[in-house]
Amino acid sequence: MPMKKEMSQLAEETKRAVWNGKKVKQLIIEVIAVLLTIVVFGIPFYFVIINAVKNTQESSLLNMSWPSSFHLLENVRTVLTANDGMVVRAFINSTLLTVFSIIILVLVSSMAGFVLQRKINKLSSFFNFLVITGLIIPPAVVPTIWVLNSLGLFKTLPGIVLVEVALGFPFAALLYKSFMATIPREIDEAALIDGCGSFRLFFHIIFPLLKPVTSTIVILSAVGIYNDFVNPLYFYPGAENVTLQLTLYNFMSMYKTDWNLLFTNILLISLPPLILFIFFSKKIIAGMTAGSIK
Amino acid sequence: MTKSINRFYTYYFLLPAGIIYFVFFLFPTIMSFFFSMTWWTLTDWKFIGLENFITFFTEPSLNIGFKNTIIYAVVTSGLKVIFGFLLGVFLCSRLKTKSFIRSMVFFPTLLSTIAVGIAFTVMMHPTQGLINKTLQVLGMVGPDWLGDTRIALLSVALVDVWKGVGIATVIFIAGIMSIPEEYYEALMMDGGNAFHKFWYIILPLSRPAMNSVIILSFIGGLRSFDLIWAMTKGGPGFSTDLIASIIYKQYQAGFYGLSTAGNVILFIVVSALALPLYVYLNRKEVDV
Repeated sequence: MPMKKEMSQLAEETKRAVWNGKKVKQLIIEVIAVLLTIVVFGIPFYFVIINAVKNTQESSLLNMSWPSSFHLLENVRTVLTANDGMVVRAFINSTLLTVFSIIILVLVSSMAGFVLQRKINKLSSFFNFLVITGLIIPPAVVPTIWVLNSLGLFKTLPGIVLVEVALGFPFAALLYKSFMATIPREIDEAALIDGCGSFRLFFHIIFPLLKPVTSTIVILSAVGIYNDFVNPLYFYPGAENVTLQLTLYNFMSMYKTDWNLLFTNILLISLPPLILFIFFSKKIIAGMTAGSIK
Repeated sequence: MTKSINRFYTYYFLLPAGIIYFVFFLFPTIMSFFFSMTWWTLTDWKFIGLENFITFFTEPSLNIGFKNTIIYAVVTSGLKVIFGFLLGVFLCSRLKTKSFIRSMVFFPTLLSTIAVGIAFTVMMHPTQGLINKTLQVLGMVGPDWLGDTRIALLSVALVDVWKGVGIATVIFIAGIMSIPEEYYEALMMDGGNAFHKFWYIILPLSRPAMNSVIILSFIGGLRSFDLIWAMTKGGPGFSTDLIASIIYKQYQAGFYGLSTAGNVILFIVVSALALPLYVYLNRKEVDV
């Protein structure tokens, strides 16, 4: 009897030791992983932030040391007022561009996604092919400028908005289309029997049901269009039309010696994505993976 | 019922999107094939046949972009697949800190490419930059990351991976999470260890996720422009010029026909490489 008891005690102890060993090992792995993440991803953030709060002289050393005094508010003021308030103007332009593009994009893509998923005939696969090509093929730059120019839309807000809508359409339409597949057709049938026309069916019944995917598209397009550098560079040039991403690019030469101002500008520009990320990270990640995994 | 209901799904709904998409994307794309064969000033054009293409492939400062674009796309998509997959597997285990790590890895994908490019350009400065100063403390001499023609393209590619690996990671996480629990249970019953779990279950069954990451990052790599433009502007010399940056340079210089020829070449490169890759990957998927 006592032998047996000792045996079981021993087994118990060994178990605990193994378990503790596992725990220690896991702890070590976790510490290493966190440290690596901080070095690779954290340090660049820290570097930008710490240099944005320094004065010009200290930031010119471009190191990571703690500032002797803090100048963040002062730097923000300088950046906002530089060049007759170019950054403020750019902020307004970027906001208008993003908001208008998203409204039109959501409207036209949801309507298109609805019909593309519901209507099945010989034309469907051809339309689908056209939409998918838009995901793969790079836009033709100068011919697009030529089209905008002929329509009198080159260097105008409506012009760049329409280009953003055209380029964002394939992704948005495909997301809408795949979400539409989860909405039963019986709903359409019931609505039509009750005397709804197709417009009422879509705007009163279907569109509200699309809300989850609409919010995904709104958030993803907001990040994408807000961060867009290439399209405004090509299709919306001119000092008056500057968008936030272009201010960064313009300031790079202007602030060659004032690194603190350049980093303050980077910090200001990164705030909106940061806020979106804090509130909607789940939605963003879900949207980005939904587009790629069938 | 289905037949009569079909009438209600009217093509009028496609019209607004269709018009915008056609006028601002499809039509310019179609016209690019014509204008690539012209000498063009936007208001006036002269047909010159394939001369722009010949210039593109014979001029060393232009055809380097062709080679660089392919290197850039292969390196960035390859590294994103490797790092994204390892991170994905790692973050699917029972770590307490995984949501912290995932957020840190994912956040850069939401940042402006230009901002990231500028920050890394500063950190990669050969003498003053943070990276080389740190290496110096450790007793090593860091290379001139962006000034050495042999490694500048790879340096930019690394920054691209830094910024973009978060998307690859979350796609892999979604793929690994969708593997049914029964497979692991069956493996446990057969006495499989962690390595078996990785090699016989996770690796083959995250194939769809891997295909998505390969295709997305490869096409993204072929088309990329802004990071190169923020960091090197194609320099030193033409050593980091991509097709997309050459399109911009020729446009700025007023060679609209030549710039459009670059666009057509990019179109052909993307469809000639991405489409077969897509077909190949999807065929393999069926085999598994």
